[in-house]
Amino acid sequence: MELDFLRPVLAELMLAVGAMVLLMIGAFSRDKQGVGRTVTWLAVGVLLAATVAVINTDGNQTAFEGAFINDGLGRFLKVLMLIAATGTLILTFEPFAREKILLFEYPVLVLCAALGMAVMISANDLIALYLGLELQSLALYVMAAFHRDDVRSSEAGLKYFVLGALSSGMLLYGASLIYGVTGATGFSAIATAAGEAGMGQNLGLTIGLVFVLVALAFKISAVPFHMWTPDVYQGSPTAVTTFMASAAKVAAMALVLRFTLAALPTIASQWQQIIIFLSIASMVLGAFAAIGQTNIKRLLAYSSIGHVGFALVGLAANNAEGAAGVLIYLAIYVAMTLGTFACILAMKRGGRNVEDISELSGLAKTNLGFATILAILMFSLAGIPPLAGFWAKWYAFLPAIKAGLYPLAVIGVVASVIGAFYYLRVVKIMFFDEAAAPFEAVDGKTYAVMALSAVVIVAFVLPFIGGTLVDAATAAAASAMPPRAL
Amino acid sequence: MSNILSVVTFLPLVGALLIAGLNSDAKINARWIALWTTIITFFVSLLIWWNFDKTNAGFQFVEEYNWLGTLKYKMGVDGISMLFIILTTFLMPLCILASWESIEDRVKEYMIAFLVLETLMLGVFCALDLVLFYLFFEGGLIPMFLIIGVWGGKRRVYASFKFFLYTLLGSVLMLLAMMAMYWHAGTTDIPTLLTTKFPPDMQWWLWLAFFASFAVKMPMWPVHTWLPDAHVEAPTAGSVILAGILLKMGGYGFLRFSLPMFPIASEQLAPLVFTLSIVAIIYTSLVALVQEDIKKLIAYSSVAHMGFVTMGIFTASQQGIDGAIFQMLSHGIVSAALFLCVGVVYDRLHTREISAYGGIVERMPMYAVAFMVFTMANVGLPGTSGFVGEFLTLLSAFGANTWVAILATTGVILSAAYALYLYRRVIFGPLTKPSLKSLLDLSPREIAILAPLVILTIFYGVYPAPVLDVTAVSVRNLVQNYEAAVKPAAALLETAR
Repeated sequence: MELDFLRPVLAELMLAVGAMVLLMIGAFSRDKQGVGRTVTWLAVGVLLAATVAVINTDGNQTAFEGAFINDGLGRFLKVLMLIAATGTLILTFEPFAREKILLFEYPVLVLCAALGMAVMISANDLIALYLGLELQSLALYVMAAFHRDDVRSSEAGLKYFVLGALSSGMLLYGASLIYGVTGATGFSAIATAAGEAGMGQNLGLTIGLVFVLVALAFKISAVPFHMWTPDVYQGSPTAVTTFMASAAKVAAMALVLRFTLAALPTIASQWQQIIIFLSIASMVLGAFAAIGQTNIKRLLAYSSIGHVGFALVGLAANNAEGAAGVLIYLAIYVAMTLGTFACILAMKRGGRNVEDISELSGLAKTNLGFATILAILMFSLAGIPPLAGFWAKWYAFLPAIKAGLYPLAVIGVVASVIGAFYYLRVVKIMFFDEAAAPFEAVDGKTYAVMALSAVVIVAFVLPFIGGTLVDAATAAAASAMPPRAL
Repeated sequence: MSNILSVVTFLPLVGALLIAGLNSDAKINARWIALWTTIITFFVSLLIWWNFDKTNAGFQFVEEYNWLGTLKYKMGVDGISMLFIILTTFLMPLCILASWESIEDRVKEYMIAFLVLETLMLGVFCALDLVLFYLFFEGGLIPMFLIIGVWGGKRRVYASFKFFLYTLLGSVLMLLAMMAMYWHAGTTDIPTLLTTKFPPDMQWWLWLAFFASFAVKMPMWPVHTWLPDAHVEAPTAGSVILAGILLKMGGYGFLRFSLPMFPIASEQLAPLVFTLSIVAIIYTSLVALVQEDIKKLIAYSSVAHMGFVTMGIFTASQQGIDGAIFQMLSHGIVSAALFLCVGVVYDRLHTREISAYGGIVERMPMYAVAFMVFTMANVGLPGTSGFVGEFLTLLSAFGANTWVAILATTGVILSAAYALYLYRRVIFGPLTKPSLKSLLDLSPREIAILAPLVILTIFYGVYPAPVLDVTAVSVRNLVQNYEAAVKPAAALLETAR
């Protein structure tokens, strides 16, 4: 078949075609009220079909002259991203219907963003990287401002846009420097060129590396480029925040992995310093800044900053175990994030979402199931065994110890103890404090996401869940690590 | 019999799931299921003891399965861990009984928390894999945090946070040490690690990291301050479990990891442990002397008694380690019993102030007898179980360092002072307070709780052989390996000089 060259991008094609078809369905539908719901369901179907398409590929396939690569790492992260996108889409039904913004544009935007993310994850070229990143970002800016009658939502969208544009500019500048020095945009060509003698001291390459990493640090909200995160997380509709905190994090982290491990493995000592700094700063700031928060979405924003720091510990180790550690961390983080934000969406009184942590007061007395699920998520985020959050930290810190990064590891675990304080505070408010008025009944879809994530987190210790994930991540990481003399 | 350790470990979890599946307002059922689960678990553990081969120094009832990635799920017991399992399963039914009437609020959740805690505690003593051990060791924080925080006293929030964060901070350093051991030895399998020889400078760091965790758990002076708070605020059964079992995890950790895996570092750092133990024994005994709260007094006395344990362990001699294990078991029984005794009067008067009591022997003669037995055991009177452990550890301390032994012995005198002083103020004296006039003596349920403890306290005081027989071979093996590891190093040091 002449179309065989499209096999590696089948999932991406499904997303692209799906987005356009759904847009047409929405635009030409007569039922302007009900079409939003239908299109959202169809988008869920497209995402699931794309997931199947991703799983049904194997080996290292490239497309578009090597600019796009579908390897083990890409498959692992794409499945993760698509699951996160599906989960967040399912979470949008109830709150968007309540706010009367369940419109057909939203699922189309989600599909566009997912397409951008899939391209980011499979990017093997600076231009593909930029294309994917921009497609994702443009969709996300609109999504952040999707609740357009809400001042905060509009503010979040604008803020995200301005800072996102700034980081895109830096990315382009850095990428052009790297191109100028190495004469290539493909990652493998860059790796070869950067491996030549004397490249370690090349100032242009170093500055390019710094600029690109700074731009990517914006996207993964690593300290000191995290400032937008709490505001955007708080202002955006919660369902959109969930999407940003789960799927978008996975895609951005994929870029960091690709850029460091595939494009610049030969000057690892240079980016390692930057990653170590980002990691320590994120872990420490994430731990301390969250203590004073009263809004649960802001709390989760700082928590996500801290978790990015923990995931980067694995990358800083710069070995195959470290790459696997990052993948495991991301998978567990996505499960925890989906569950926690589903819980936030379930905090409803008088037909409106409440976001203050004190609103959870005495939840264990009024709704024990809800309180137990959120408590499991909080203990897991704090990294307490035997919950999944512990395993995430185990597999992130293990490679760092192998690489001899002892100060990083010690700072990390101490930060995790400090961070445990604010997660415990949420548990304390739910279990130890006097009961407030009960929340409204949780709708079925939200509850399903909450319960499913809690079950996954608790059951992670079982070999057929945790073991499968660990094996998959190890295999995926091995496929993406270029063979090198160690 | 091949999977009996997993069975005994996870039986309580099954009970917890059963309770979780109950109709939500079935208080009575939750209590009965919890009681029966713990009793069955106790009998299963007795079956393990019955089939335990005392002449075998290695691990028995070993089970091994593939787990996550390269990790293995591996369980097994030896002479050191065997009796801690029995102690745990023995104390649990008593805890459930002690909570029968005093816990009226959220009974179902309470029983679930206790049963989950039992699974995690048993897992600590059965685990033969570092990660598995850590899982159980740290996992226990969650139910204990909830037990203190939900069913505790006035300052429960402060106490539960302090307990959780203190213990966690110590443990995460141990976690990093475990990772370093994994990369050095290529496995987290405990029996393999027991024969691995770590380089001396690495041992030093690993020892310190493990020490950070176990010293907090034990607790040793000066990181003991979480214990009085946690004890005072926890409900009676929570205090019993804390004093009876959770503290023993620290001592067990020293015996399982620090001493056999890092012998050279243990040898070099033993003076540090001795110093901290002596300070704990003398200082916390003095602190106990001035306490106004009964539970706080017993809590400080626990710290002092654990001082004997750490001292005994790090003499690294047969007598010292035998004595330390015996002291831990005895303290597990006696301090648990003392907290139960406090619970008995607390349920009646809802105060733990010593000054609120006095002369209750007139109203509660049976209680006074039971309390007397436990007080004497706490003092270490010959004929009670408290004596054997203290005697053996002091004996071994004389062998190691005379000054340590002499200073530690003053602790025995001080313990007599605070324990008898407490007894006099609570039990004797004129019965003048009107609130005490209508006190009732022990109910059948309370007798059922305290009677086995009284019997065991006296039985093991008179006839300690059943305990020492079980531990002897494993401890001898440990001491021999330790000496074999330490001697060449010492000789090397000699020649270097």
